Amino acid sequence: MSFGTPAYDVAHLLGGGVLLLSFVLLYQRRLDAVISAFAVQGALLAAAAAWQGYIQGAAGLYVTAAIAFVAKAVAIPLALRLLLGRLGLHRTVETALGVGASLVAAVALVGLSVLVILPITAGQAQALTREDMALALSVVLLGMLMMITRRNAISQVIGLMSLENGLILAAVGVTGMPLVVELSTAALVLMVAVVAGVVVFQIRDRLETLDTSLLDRLRGG
Amino acid sequence: MTAVMGVLTQAIHLALLLVAAPLVVGVVRWLKARMMGRVGASPLQPLRDFLKLLRKRPVLAENASWISRGAPYVGAAAALAAAALVPSFAHGMALAGLGDLIVIAGLLALGRVCMALAGLDVGTAFGGLGASREMSFAALAEPALLLAVMSFAILAGTTGLDAIAMTFQEGTLGLRVSLGLALVALLAVAVAENARIPVDNPATHLELTMVHEAMILEASGRHLALWDAAAAMRLTLWFALLAAIFFPFGTAAPGWAPLGWVVGLLAWIAKMGVLCLALAVFESAIAKMRVFRVPEFLGAALLLGLLGALLLFVSTSLA
Repeated sequence: MSFGTPAYDVAHLLGGGVLLLSFVLLYQRRLDAVISAFAVQGALLAAAAAWQGYIQGAAGLYVTAAIAFVAKAVAIPLALRLLLGRLGLHRTVETALGVGASLVAAVALVGLSVLVILPITAGQAQALTREDMALALSVVLLGMLMMITRRNAISQVIGLMSLENGLILAAVGVTGMPLVVELSTAALVLMVAVVAGVVVFQIRDRLETLDTSLLDRLRGG
Repeated sequence: MTAVMGVLTQAIHLALLLVAAPLVVGVVRWLKARMMGRVGASPLQPLRDFLKLLRKRPVLAENASWISRGAPYVGAAAALAAAALVPSFAHGMALAGLGDLIVIAGLLALGRVCMALAGLDVGTAFGGLGASREMSFAALAEPALLLAVMSFAILAGTTGLDAIAMTFQEGTLGLRVSLGLALVALLAVAVAENARIPVDNPATHLELTMVHEAMILEASGRHLALWDAAAAMRLTLWFALLAAIFFPFGTAAPGWAPLGWVVGLLAWIAKMGVLCLALAVFESAIAKMRVFRVPEFLGAALLLGLLGALLLFVSTSLA
């Protein structure tokens, strides 16, 4: 498969779309908009998985796509919105690093992931798998970056989920990934969401805020 | 023979753009008014305004120098020259060889410099404010445009717009992530260049937010007519540019092809209509952003352009 064949192009484009949404997540300041962007990323991920299922002829990937759509594009954003409503949070996100600086760091991370993936996969896999891997690793790294640069606990949770989107994107791009792995990852994410929700409430109860930088001050004190 | 055809195509193209420019502005305003539940002025209103203003003598401030007198003409000429280089309904225009994307970017920059100088010339506070904002936005918008151009150049092997459009029309390149990123970057640049929402609001003279309007606040009479014409030409040019690069369907091949020209013309009108509608929907749906947020917005566009070029380097080294 190479450029010009629709199978490759669409897969490539969907992967790029997921990466673009990671940038949108880093760019947005308001929590509402961040959650919307996360939902769109989940929907694009589901589309990417379904497309991979179609071109690989693997029925299991449709299940992955359905799980990704229900969990990432509908359930988790809805739960986060409910959480926001209950906590009464609608203000802008406090960033530890400015938006401009984090976007620059994000582009550098994409460059890093490309430089890492391409040499180690040289001459082995198909072009599609290699580029998909590079895009997926970028999404993972951007998720980490979002967890580092945001002070608000909910943004950090979204960063973690978006990191996990990158993992699924990598998994569906590789031919022959067993379904059980994906099912367990999906279950893991739901667990993570629940745990994160509980932790957010705990932080809120103890500190009366969601700014995790306050946790640093307790150190040794 | 081909040279004659090139000149003929070029002449039709110029006439077409001159007709389209006021209509594009009028249609966008009319569509926005309809979406906001107003009746809206006729789409021909910008043309009427232009003809009326053209008959009126400009009123110049006492301390206005030759810059205030000359800038509107240079600005309008730069916009017209740039518009002449962007293919609309057919390829192979006489000036296609000059139609390099970097030349077009340069002509747009020339128009912007003229406007900023005219804003500064009289020495009013608003003019200077608008000029300084415009220049600080341009410092980010121009590199973003050039990075997008770089992506096209890697793909098509040239920076000539006509050749790029023809390569993309063949469709052998397929869909590319880099092109998607370049599209997002170019859309952001287009919004900033044309002073549209969310970067600037073309419909108000609110002092805190205006950029474009602040610079031409002192202009009147035929100078104002020329500034408005240049702005309309620039909007049309950007639409035509986006259509030529990203929706190159139906554009006629070079040479004598009356049927192809009619098809190309209809396709072009359809594309412009869709872009007008998209702009009107976009502007009705979102609010203007704070001026201090704009550099961030354009910085994001710049980074996306960079990302597109970066990914393209990678995939060309793969293939």
